[in-house]
Amino acid sequence: MNLHEYQGKELLAQYGVVIQRGIVAHTPDEAVEAAKKLTEETGTGWHVVKAQVHAGGRGKGGGVKLAKNLDQLKEHATNILGMKLVTPQTSAEGKLVRKILITEDVFYPGETEPSEIYISVLMDRERKCNVIVYSTEGGMDIEDVAHNTPHLIHKEYIDPLAGLQGFQARRIAFNLGMSGVAYKNMVKFIYNLYSAFVGSDASMFEINPCLHASDGKIIAVDAKVDLDENALFRHKDLAALRDTDEEDPTDVEAKSYGLNFVNLDGNVGCMVNGAGLAMATMDIIKLSGGEPANFLDVGGTADAKRVEQAFRIILRNEKVEAILINIFGGIVRCDRVAQGVIDAYKNIGNISVPIIVRLQGTNAVIAKKMIDESGLEVRSAILLKEAAAEVAKVVG
Amino acid sequence: MSVLVNKDSKIIVQGFTGKEGTFHAGQMIEYGTNVVGGVTPGKGGKEHLGKPVFNTVAEAVDKAGADVSIIFVPPRFAADAIMEASDAGIGVVICITEGIPVQDMVKAKAYIDKRGTRLVGPNCPGVMTPGEAKVGIMPGFIHNPGRIGIVSRSGTLTYEAVDQITKAGLGQSTCIGIGGDPIIGTTTKDAVKLLMEDPDTDAIVMIGEIGGSMEADAAHYVKEFGTKPVVGFIAGQTAPKGRTMGHAGAIIGGEDDTAAAKMRIMAECGIHVVESPAAIGDTMLKALGKA
Repeated sequence: MNLHEYQGKELLAQYGVVIQRGIVAHTPDEAVEAAKKLTEETGTGWHVVKAQVHAGGRGKGGGVKLAKNLDQLKEHATNILGMKLVTPQTSAEGKLVRKILITEDVFYPGETEPSEIYISVLMDRERKCNVIVYSTEGGMDIEDVAHNTPHLIHKEYIDPLAGLQGFQARRIAFNLGMSGVAYKNMVKFIYNLYSAFVGSDASMFEINPCLHASDGKIIAVDAKVDLDENALFRHKDLAALRDTDEEDPTDVEAKSYGLNFVNLDGNVGCMVNGAGLAMATMDIIKLSGGEPANFLDVGGTADAKRVEQAFRIILRNEKVEAILINIFGGIVRCDRVAQGVIDAYKNIGNISVPIIVRLQGTNAVIAKKMIDESGLEVRSAILLKEAAAEVAKVVG
Repeated sequence: MSVLVNKDSKIIVQGFTGKEGTFHAGQMIEYGTNVVGGVTPGKGGKEHLGKPVFNTVAEAVDKAGADVSIIFVPPRFAADAIMEASDAGIGVVICITEGIPVQDMVKAKAYIDKRGTRLVGPNCPGVMTPGEAKVGIMPGFIHNPGRIGIVSRSGTLTYEAVDQITKAGLGQSTCIGIGGDPIIGTTTKDAVKLLMEDPDTDAIVMIGEIGGSMEADAAHYVKEFGTKPVVGFIAGQTAPKGRTMGHAGAIIGGEDDTAAAKMRIMAECGIHVVESPAAIGDTMLKALGKA
């Protein structure tokens, strides 16, 4: 589950991580009030206006602007609020900006030139432990850094049983070229950041940029936070931060029915039990000349109600020209699923696209007979290759 | 013969008296699996499905000689259950539970590795040696005792492969569902290696999916040490980047973990790669020179 920048920063601050301070605003007037308040509290003269959407590369799309006075600030806030922000990580349509974060300016002049650092924390699947990834090349796209100058990216692997050790935090600070007060702040920053990661059951933290400010402070200027959905049961406060406005509405609705759904671009819908078989079914659709319109795992109980909900969600997509239902009945009996399909079909009434039902496993032959004799416009199959051939007939 | 489980395995069920545990343990016993009891803390001393219930895994090892455990406990307690089995000296732990927090598994994996425990899963259908032991939630009747080993990250897609192998007139030595989570105990390579070294397995079906580098690792192993034909499939050729496809581990992060990249590496390493999941059975017959 992704958090907004402002939510991520609040989480970090709870663990003592120094953040660039800010206040959320929903209107240009609120933005001006927020800026005045920040100036009072932090002494900042300039402010930054930052679009709050779940996508990276916001600056590139014009979603992050510096304001040197309140008139500029109001102008930026007016422009950004309500815009469809297009970044390298959004669709071509972009994402509607519903709120902005007004922040203090932390690039103030001082003893040293401010410099930007990259820090992330995530779980390394190959090594099966957490890793802190860091680089002196902050403020840029880290994939570009990894591609062009891989020697500038460092990794610190954390022992799962011992946790982050002091020497590791010190090594990170030294490798980042820190000394004096900045070095001490960096060690503290790493410690607190890692505590926040473990404490919140995060799956990813990305602080880019993390600023080495001109007075030696180490400040999280941005915070990309992704939390482990499976651990939200022990973080009720974090679970409440979910912003469904940022998610695909169909995905959200499907989830409320217990369906695992991902909207795609193609012309053949599918309904499958099991994630691996669902992906394989999408592949079959492609090989048969169609394009998958969705990923949909109905789970272990493909009863009439679920099948009907799944039908309704798939049919809402006007691009869908056919639907392939692929169920391998193990524990769930195929005749029950067949009955579910027949009932759902009748409940919905007139379904105008062809439906191919492939039921295999427990009671598959009985199920095929039920479908064939139901009088519905449904093509049935038992073998996967038969189902593929049926799809090819319809859209190939 | 087989790997991991056989007719002599002494199997206990953790989460024995719960809804899932009760249903699947019943199915396992019906299949003829040697279930020697179960563990539900606080219900020790009772009997369930005609088998003894113990309070702890250690007690089940002590009194019933358990050497294999299958876990059905809810996600929030599952990592604890895995570590308890490991601590009690169980050699093979099979965890079915889906939805365990990743940080719990990071700890549990490090814990059991120190003790030499073999973990299969979590988030998997289990392990099946047809005709001997069904230690999981797979439908027994689609299997047929034979000499093809199957390794897969998925549940129903494994059944699909099993079914095609059976319909091709072949059978299975052992089917290992390794699980769809980011952190699992037995990797694709580990499972392929077990089957490659099993004298009663003639060929292997290896089914992977997008995300991670397990299939590439297994492919490199096959290239270097392989002595038997391997048929491979990767699910998710049409999956978009950056979206989790049902399984927590099925997400494309970069170029290397797409289906196309994995299939290319597997083919380069001499694996018979099928583009269509409907062609697993036929391709195996060809690989064995029987078609």
